[in-house]
Amino acid sequence: MTALANTEDLARSERQQARKERWALLRRRPAFIIGALILLFWIVAAVGGDALAPYDPFASQFKTKTPPGAVNFFGTDHLGRDVFSRVLVGARDVLIVAPLVAVISVSLGTLLGLTAGYLRGVLDEVIGRLMEAILSIPVVMIGLLVLTTLGSAAPVIIGTVALLFTPIVYRTVRTAVLAEAQLDYVTSARLRGESSFFIMTREILPNISGPIVVELTVRVGYAIFTVATLKFVAGGGQPDEAEWGNMIGQTYDLIPGGTWWPTIFPALAIASLVIAVNLIADSIDAVYSS
Amino acid sequence: MTVTAPPVEALAVKDLRVAYLVRGIPREVLRGVSFTVGPGEAYGLVGESGCGKSTTAYAALRYLPGNGRITGGHISVGGKDVTNMTEAQLRRFRATEASMVYQDPGSALNPVLRVDAQVTETFTLLGQGKDEARESAVAALRRVQIADPERVLQRYPHQLSGGMQQRVVIAMALASDPQLLVLDEPTTGLDATVEANVLDLVRTLRSETNAAILLIAHNLGVIRSMCDRVGVMYAGKVVEEGPAIEVFDNPQHPYTVGLLRCLPRHGAHKAERSLYTIPGTLPQIGADLPTCVFVDRCPIASDRCRTIAPPLVEIGGGRTTLCHHRDRIGEITEATFAAGRGATQGETTLKLTGVSKTFRQSGHSIPALVAVDLALADGETLGLVGESGSGKSTLAKAVLGIHAPDPGSTIELDGEPLAGKATNRPTEAKRSMQMVFQNPDSALNRSWSVRRILGRAVGKLTGLKGDEVDNRVTDLASHLRLTPRHLDLKPRQLSGGLKQRVAIARAFAGDPEIVVCDEPTSALDVSVQAAILNLLAELQAEDKTAYIFISHDLAVVQYLADRIAVMYLGRIMEVGKSEVVFRGPNHPYTEALLSAVPTVDGEPKTRIRLEGDIPSPANPPSGCVFHTRCHRFIEGLCDITEPPFEEVEPGHMMRCHIPVEELRRIQVKAPLEA
Repeated sequence: MTALANTEDLARSERQQARKERWALLRRRPAFIIGALILLFWIVAAVGGDALAPYDPFASQFKTKTPPGAVNFFGTDHLGRDVFSRVLVGARDVLIVAPLVAVISVSLGTLLGLTAGYLRGVLDEVIGRLMEAILSIPVVMIGLLVLTTLGSAAPVIIGTVALLFTPIVYRTVRTAVLAEAQLDYVTSARLRGESSFFIMTREILPNISGPIVVELTVRVGYAIFTVATLKFVAGGGQPDEAEWGNMIGQTYDLIPGGTWWPTIFPALAIASLVIAVNLIADSIDAVYSS
Repeated sequence: MTVTAPPVEALAVKDLRVAYLVRGIPREVLRGVSFTVGPGEAYGLVGESGCGKSTTAYAALRYLPGNGRITGGHISVGGKDVTNMTEAQLRRFRATEASMVYQDPGSALNPVLRVDAQVTETFTLLGQGKDEARESAVAALRRVQIADPERVLQRYPHQLSGGMQQRVVIAMALASDPQLLVLDEPTTGLDATVEANVLDLVRTLRSETNAAILLIAHNLGVIRSMCDRVGVMYAGKVVEEGPAIEVFDNPQHPYTVGLLRCLPRHGAHKAERSLYTIPGTLPQIGADLPTCVFVDRCPIASDRCRTIAPPLVEIGGGRTTLCHHRDRIGEITEATFAAGRGATQGETTLKLTGVSKTFRQSGHSIPALVAVDLALADGETLGLVGESGSGKSTLAKAVLGIHAPDPGSTIELDGEPLAGKATNRPTEAKRSMQMVFQNPDSALNRSWSVRRILGRAVGKLTGLKGDEVDNRVTDLASHLRLTPRHLDLKPRQLSGGLKQRVAIARAFAGDPEIVVCDEPTSALDVSVQAAILNLLAELQAEDKTAYIFISHDLAVVQYLADRIAVMYLGRIMEVGKSEVVFRGPNHPYTEALLSAVPTVDGEPKTRIRLEGDIPSPANPPSGCVFHTRCHRFIEGLCDITEPPFEEVEPGHMMRCHIPVEELRRIQVKAPLEA
């Protein structure tokens, strides 16, 4: 509709303005700065991992199970590979998989939550039951089932975790939509004959962007964690794959024998990244809700 | 000042200064407030929102929010210094010597605990044993005129009506027999009929206890009927003080004059005159106000007001005012005469025949509207009044197609029958009927700019395109006295009055024939209300727009309405020309509604109190639905047969068994207005 083109342009510039303000607020929060620095470190590791790693992460070139020291900062694993190099390179996998999972689950969850929350009725019931069904199955069980039948290729892992997260996002979005739909501006839009699609995407969606952005960041954190868990449980993947969850899964049985380092360092890497993402998520939440 | 042994005041506030810390900067809200409340005295604070009334009340009990600081001055209650109490002392003080009642009783009570547990706890905190506390709780509820305390104690707060909740809160506040009772807008969320009952209760309690009362209210009528003395606050200062009746009858500060003139009083009607408005807006908190705080909005301000802060002038009779030009108060002119507005007898534009609406809830059917017949003419305002739950809003929503009415109902617009749901109505019907909502915060999309809000409505309702939309938006805005600068702002950057203007502009985007106004001014201050009412009247005079105007404020309805329909339990009990309804004879329900309202000009002489709550529409009383609460109930008639809806005089319909001549004779009407 050309009549409304200029008002739409205007809306875009307004959104840019609001984004700028929120960014200024974010930069003033210490938690955000710390989280961002940790994240930045891992991004650098992911991008330049091969160049930064002191040794070839895949070559068994050292004595096996060497404790951490001056040569191998994080020691070596049961196959004589440098753990430090493997942890650095391992960031790449996680940093591609986790954001993808978050984006897919949040998009799908928003679509379903918006539709169910605004249109209500039978559709809401059907979507609601379906989401509850997914939520009711333990993550590990679905994971095992999928990994054993479909294998542990990256797209399978991403798809599975995204599907597992969708109901959680759906619930958040639906609740926010229910509250918004009660407001009179929605009634007013209906009174002037707006379509449901317009009301959902143009009227309601901008007002619930806060919880959606927060959900996106929180999901990244959980995705890192869940992907690692699945890889660990599956115990699969290629033995030489440098992936944190995988590394833990292949070495944790060495801990009783006193060889803790091949397990602990990737675990700490996961923890640091999850904490960083959560610090960022909390800051974004605080900025949106202020 | 020489210090003689002063009588111990229940509350003495001296030169109180309070600042709120906003983004690290202290912003002053109280700029030297001084007043005293004697033992057993009722003192009222009035003023527009943002003037510091509530802050004063909270500061008096040191209940300021976390970012509030007392930066100067002194507060004492019963001679005790409150300003420097420690936390432990404060707890003890609040438990035994002073109590507070808040605006919303629903949030003052814990929703997951029975009333029993909450009321009893206040007594165990005072050191009573379990059984003793329980007995005290029963006695406390009886004291606040709850007829069946045992039953009420067994309930959860949400099972009680608003009026009943407020009684429970008052009972708890009185538990410790405090010297000082602070009431912050205690009846604001309640219906006029319930408000009247709660105010009666507070009046009775006052005569029983010796508690001093500090009452905060924006309703000047409430203050007048309840308080001995009143302080008028503006921008963190008490600008005028004195005995309530004298201050309201003979104000001596330009702000008080303005506040009083903003109100539609003495039966004022839009056809006779516009309402007075106070120009400008309240200064921001923390703004620098070196001289007179009111100078920028004062019609009689002189150069002296801008250079020298006015001293506190003693007028005598215990009255003070903060004004240089008390002698020139008389120069403040009345609002100008509004020419050319009046009820024009136009063609019927909207006709409702047998409109019913039944809601279904878990298998029960709840008739919210029962066979309503109404007509609305071009350029006419129909006022809809009644308690909450009487079906006013449901009727408005049925007309607009927000709720589809039951099958068999007909709504005709200019002779054409309309579909029940708005989505099934033609664009032309949508253009013709629009709505102004009660709360502009909810009615405007907060992530849209004003320009986008108006532009979208214009585009959708008129079919205009491109530049034509922009031109129409600019026209519309200037018509509603919004500047082009406002167009690029978001709703949250606008004041309440401006937001409501935007909402009205949106409703007028397509030159509607009918606008439904659902309590459009009840969220606004009186001076803003006056401006909005004037605007609505002007727009109507220009465009011959018809209004369906819902309001609980009868003075507002009287000002704007040409005809009035009184609703009860989804039925129209009485309908007639505005002046006829206000003159009487009336349906007994209307009679009770009219007598419930305290006005700034004193209370009506006849006081009819409606007991109890409006019955559930799911289970309406037999016969006349009003018979359970009617003070003129005739046994054996009213509870058996439903009275017919009859024309008792030309254009005046009523649903009552009592013949109109009889009603005329027994309703010795107190003149509500001069």
